Amino acid sequence: MEKILKRKKMKKININLMLIKGLGFKSLFLALPLFVISSCSSDEKQTVAQFTELVMQDEFTTDGAPNSTIWTYDLGTGNSDTGAGWGNNELQSYTNRTENVKVENGYLLITAKKESFNGASYTSARLTTKGLFEQAYGRFEARIRVPYGQGIWPAFWLLGANCDEVAWPQCGEIDIMEYRGQEPTTVLGSVHGPGYSGANAITKSYSLLNDRFDTGFHIFGIEWGPDYINYYVDDVLYNQITPSNVKGEWVFDHPFYIIINLAVGGNFVGAPNSETVFPQTMLVDYVRVYKK
Amino acid sequence: MKNRKYIYLKNSFVLGLFFAASVSCDREISDEVQFATFPNSPEVFMDGFTGGLNYFPFEGSYFQAFTVDQETKYKGTSAMRFDVPNVGDPLGAYAGAIFRTETARDLSGYDALTFWAKGTQAGLINEIGFGQDFGENKYLVTTDLLLTTGWKKYIIPIPDATKLIAERGMFWYAEGPENGKGYTFWIDELKFEKLGTIAQPRPSILKGEDKVEIQFLGNSISMADYGLTQTFNLESGVNQTVTAAPAYFSFKSSNIEVARVSDIGIVTLVGRGTSKITASIGGVKATGSLTVNVPGSFPVAPVPTLDQNKVISIFSDKYTNVPVNYYNGYWAPFQTTRGEQAIIDGQNVLNYTEFNFVGTQLTTPLNISEMTHFSVDIMMLELPTDIDLLLTFKNENSAATTFQQNRIGQSYQLDPRAPVVYPSANFKAGVWSTIKIPIRPTSETSLDKTGVNLIIIENIKSSNVKTIYVDNMYFYKE
Repeated sequence: MEKILKRKKMKKININLMLIKGLGFKSLFLALPLFVISSCSSDEKQTVAQFTELVMQDEFTTDGAPNSTIWTYDLGTGNSDTGAGWGNNELQSYTNRTENVKVENGYLLITAKKESFNGASYTSARLTTKGLFEQAYGRFEARIRVPYGQGIWPAFWLLGANCDEVAWPQCGEIDIMEYRGQEPTTVLGSVHGPGYSGANAITKSYSLLNDRFDTGFHIFGIEWGPDYINYYVDDVLYNQITPSNVKGEWVFDHPFYIIINLAVGGNFVGAPNSETVFPQTMLVDYVRVYKK
Repeated sequence: MKNRKYIYLKNSFVLGLFFAASVSCDREISDEVQFATFPNSPEVFMDGFTGGLNYFPFEGSYFQAFTVDQETKYKGTSAMRFDVPNVGDPLGAYAGAIFRTETARDLSGYDALTFWAKGTQAGLINEIGFGQDFGENKYLVTTDLLLTTGWKKYIIPIPDATKLIAERGMFWYAEGPENGKGYTFWIDELKFEKLGTIAQPRPSILKGEDKVEIQFLGNSISMADYGLTQTFNLESGVNQTVTAAPAYFSFKSSNIEVARVSDIGIVTLVGRGTSKITASIGGVKATGSLTVNVPGSFPVAPVPTLDQNKVISIFSDKYTNVPVNYYNGYWAPFQTTRGEQAIIDGQNVLNYTEFNFVGTQLTTPLNISEMTHFSVDIMMLELPTDIDLLLTFKNENSAATTFQQNRIGQSYQLDPRAPVVYPSANFKAGVWSTIKIPIRPTSETSLDKTGVNLIIIENIKSSNVKTIYVDNMYFYKE
């Protein structure tokens, strides 16, 4: 089942890539994305790589703690680098306890709970590949079912591996998927860099029609080359960010690592309220990274 | 009410037959079989009624409340207009109606009833939904809805659309005046939709609580009286809760030798013991449960022994009773108590639920000057340890209202004018207590004994008494 899904998806992505390059359009329906993409002036000269070599994958097939050769954890409520609340006034304390993170039945489960823990009112988990898997360029994708509710903030994103040496946002941040639990039909993809970070990040949302993100799995991915980042959800390419789109230096030219987390509260979503149901669980079916 | 029960019973019988037939026959349905289906048209009111839709106002409502308005509309050429009457309007106390189709529709492909609405003021429509057909209302859905003065889209989710393969109740509402004043609201583009964004179902029974109750052998209770809801998360992120009829739920009794639940949520107590009733909708387990303890048949109150000529009886099967105006005055606005006279196992009994206070008013004031005591039998199913009942005989006919007050259980306020006449320790859950209250001298109480016309029982400490039974209320001479 997984294999078939993958093949179908790859084929569709390839079609999109062909369209970007202007190699051809097979029908009126397929031509539609072309207009969107071709409105970028750099398209004619741009080269888009096809990332087909799988270099990292976690299918979450072994029950228990996540694979420690791939994943490590950010713990607590933030540190001196990020500031309290992970720089966003988030309300959770991250743990690596089984209650908050585990692999079960082929999925990675990250669970946000409402409980007092080390001074925080919520617990959750944040997994990273920092020091374990870092790569510049490639296709990064994950198949995820997000949770829901006011104040629930799951994300699948990349952070520059040099963020310890070069302060954020100079080190760069690529948000492949962010989602507000109170807007269950919409996800966002963004980049943060010098001169375009926080509220001024380059961002675009993608909404489902007659469907929502918390009721089924969706593939969230980017295709990242030296001078572009393509954003897609399932088989829909919904944004391309190039150096000409950012109002500052293009800093996406060095290795980044992966972060998957489920935050509670924070500037992006606001606090949970009495209507928010806890616990909330984010399910990750797989994480895969390809290179050229 | 009786008629309704009959319909329910008939229905379960038919379903029972069908089940028996289908398990006894293994033949598979052939490919050629075409099931009869009903039309699945989604539209109820767009710019006029869709074919076969009829308007039936509720009895007692303002019959002309509904009109088709061509001036004010959200879209197209007209909207539904509803004029809520003022308090005291002789033409009707409220606005309310059902909209029913002649031919049933298959709504199983939709997930919500949606419409645009606005009001001349931000009124709260008390009840609005679908599934009311003036038949058995099997798939009734009800919610309330706060209007704004601008057009806004409203979504009433279907608790489980797979059930709605033949539905006639397209829409219904009931709304009274706001702060005594009538107003107008409009509804337009009323239709069933498949939004695809109605998600995260969270069904609930008993408001999500786990409750334990005593019920008696042979009784039937409806789960509809136990707070059945379905909640969905909408595209807007809002959690929308609707009250859902029992037929949307699958109920499970943990002990079918004690309690059985029909497909329309009627629980019948068939044996002694304990059973926990849980529920689900579409495979999603509902929060909350009802545990019934069945000690046996309903215990009949002890039969009084005094002769008729020594008593003035207000409520008893043994004696001739004086006429009363009511056994429950439903005194607004603070009384929550429901229920009054009931017949259980052929015996008349007063059965009150949600008990906070209740009064019996006599048609003719009684002269109790010759009487020495008042006797009453009381039984409670749940027995709070802090039970504190205030029983008052009142004379509203004397120059000033006069009364004698008595405490049953305890007197947490230590009110010297209301001595404890029966200690709380003597009560047993599900067992009748006979309470004999001495009539004290007027000098102690103020009561003018020549014209007692009210007997009031109050749950003075708001103890958790859901159900209280009262029987054999009479004054007597020792």
